[in-house]
Amino acid sequence: MFAIARKEAIQLVRDSRSMILAFLLPMLLILVFGFAITLDVRNIRLAVLDESMTPESRHLVDAFEESGYFSVERYLDRHGEADELLVGGRVTAVLVIPPAFAADLAAEGTARVQLLLDGSDANTATIALNYADAISHDFSSDVLPDWRTARRSISPELRVWYNETLESRNMIVPGLIAVLMSIIAAMLTSLTIAREWERGTMEQLAATPVHRVEVIVGKLMPYVGIGLVDVALATLVGVFLFDVPLRGSVSLLFAMTFLFLLGALGFGIFLSAVLKSQVLAIQASIMVTYLPAMLLSGFIYAIANMPPFLQVVSYAIPARYFITITRGIFLKGVGIETLWGSALGLAVYAVIGLGLALHAFRKELA
Amino acid sequence: MTSAAVSVRGLTRRFGEVVAVEGLSFEVKTGELFGIVGPDGAGKTTTLRMLAGVMRPSGGDALIRGRSVVSEPEAVKPHIAYMSQRFGLYEDLTVGENIAFYAELYEVPRSVLPGRLERLYEFSQLAPFEGRLAGDLSGGMKQKLGLCCALVHEPDVLLLDEPTFGVDPISRRDLWLIVHDMVARGTTVIVSTAYMEEAERCDRVALMNRGRLVGLDHPRRLHEGLGGEVISVRVSEPRRAVEWLAGVPHVRSAALLGDSMRIMLGDGEEAWSSVRTSLEEQGIAVLEAAPARPSLEDVFVELVERERSGKNPERSGND
Ligand SMILES: Nc1ncnc2c1ncn2[C@@H]1O[C@H](COP(=O)(O)OP(=O)(O)OP(=O)(O)O)[C@@H](O)[C@H]1O
Ligand SMILES: [Mg+2]
Repeated sequence: MFAIARKEAIQLVRDSRSMILAFLLPMLLILVFGFAITLDVRNIRLAVLDESMTPESRHLVDAFEESGYFSVERYLDRHGEADELLVGGRVTAVLVIPPAFAADLAAEGTARVQLLLDGSDANTATIALNYADAISHDFSSDVLPDWRTARRSISPELRVWYNETLESRNMIVPGLIAVLMSIIAAMLTSLTIAREWERGTMEQLAATPVHRVEVIVGKLMPYVGIGLVDVALATLVGVFLFDVPLRGSVSLLFAMTFLFLLGALGFGIFLSAVLKSQVLAIQASIMVTYLPAMLLSGFIYAIANMPPFLQVVSYAIPARYFITITRGIFLKGVGIETLWGSALGLAVYAVIGLGLALHAFRKELA
Repeated sequence: MTSAAVSVRGLTRRFGEVVAVEGLSFEVKTGELFGIVGPDGAGKTTTLRMLAGVMRPSGGDALIRGRSVVSEPEAVKPHIAYMSQRFGLYEDLTVGENIAFYAELYEVPRSVLPGRLERLYEFSQLAPFEGRLAGDLSGGMKQKLGLCCALVHEPDVLLLDEPTFGVDPISRRDLWLIVHDMVARGTTVIVSTAYMEEAERCDRVALMNRGRLVGLDHPRRLHEGLGGEVISVRVSEPRRAVEWLAGVPHVRSAALLGDSMRIMLGDGEEAWSSVRTSLEEQGIAVLEAAPARPSLEDVFVELVERERSGKNPERSGND
């Protein structure tokens, strides 16, 4: 068993293609996705028409700027300028603070501000709107925003998946880790058995007394290691580069990752053993994991909003459980007492994945 | 239990319509060097795969040291070594890593490993290449490495599928030296080959054609068992002679070989004299004639011919 694991590890390290698949690809994806999210919504170009000119109004502008999502491009003197800038596409949003802002806040406890948005890019407009909403709430729950779009109204159904709420950037990264691992794990092991069939080494291995369970477990070990390292790297990137909070237990995160990897890697081995061709196996693994993990796991679309049929289907998607767990650990800091249901889902998946792998792999030529 | 190291009984394997191996039966004694000879597609690989327990027979059985490859293939495996036709070396592992891997799989005790490695490196002359990737070795060295991997656990029975295929003559000789060395140490070896001259090195050979056994004996006795004889003849007009001989009684076959002719004659005391007379009647002068040792190839061609016309008494294991 350790002989197989060691052999597999040496081969992995020497095979640049596998190393790229194992480490570079997940890092690349998390950076691309992560930056796509954060760059898209950061630095929304904002113009400010401050008719109040009070310390309070300046605080509000500062709050917008400090959020990191808006960059104040210029200050305006009159309303007419706002339209010009928006129509000309030079800014995405204009924040209008009326003259009575500070006085209203003091007297009535509420105040109105206005945000004019360039609705031609509905996505950005929605994002900007959500951020502005959140920022003004943070500033004072008494500021009543009055948001308007300059050119088109935003219909409420129009949702942008990666930023439904201000929290979604945080939602994305933990979810992304789970989705990436779903895709990569099965892909990694889908090659391993098929490669040995293709190169004729399996015929040789089959003639040795090594037990087939040893072959499977031995082959699994290095990939479990890779998977754990991937999650560790992705977590570091998430926490330090994208400022995603990690509130829960790191060891629980890795324990759950381990459980998930057993199933996903086992499933990859199953495909590899059944198809006996590297090309077919990797295609099958992508087909089987990619779309479900993206679309049905709750990563892009909230499961609660899915049609009932798809909600049922989503129970069969292991990424669903893993996402619930990563989000729970990262964002809510919850432990196994809350996540046990999802952990059970992963455990069932691990049993099925390993079971299929053991069932499909025979030390025998057809 | 039988005293035979390998006992094959009615072994059969079908691939859909194709019958790759049909009712094969033979026994191999302990310490014997046993050859399986046959042309492409004869079923040699299929037979060895079944003996190695990596392919399930469609019918029949084979016992290796008394253990059935059908009912307990895993019990057979520790005692055998199998080197497939295209030996599956891990080309991205070094020579040393390949050998170490197989040593671990067969659970060779650490205490005896260094001694064995030394011996393997010595007779394979692979020591200087220990750190080289297997993929960077020449064909002959790859085969030697394959053999080293197969021998690291000192198997009782060694199954070799065309080990010298595509190997240069020097490496081929080296490989045979290793094989003979193993036999001298008491290992039972079953080796398949498509080279007739290699088969002559074996204690006994099984001749296979289209999945069937067409002959089984010591190479020399196979020659003798043919009856008749082979004569090497020089004549004045070899081309015309060969054509003419095709229809002459007593002549089984006639072929040109360089400037002489090889004639395989049927049984009968006066076969040669009647053929000679027939040639001379055609105005072809016989310049020189000497009996030749029939090669296994001659035997093979003849046995296949008999098998085809249904006259072969040695045909065995029919269903
Ligand atoms: N896996 C397989 N599927 C279908 N047919 C097969 C398979 N393996 C072998 N055969 C067929 O069985 C027959 C015997 O093949 P086998 O490989 O045993 O011959 P061989 O004597 O080893 O020939 P070679 O000298 O080419 O190695 C051939 O007709 C071959 O096409
Ligand atoms: Mg063959």
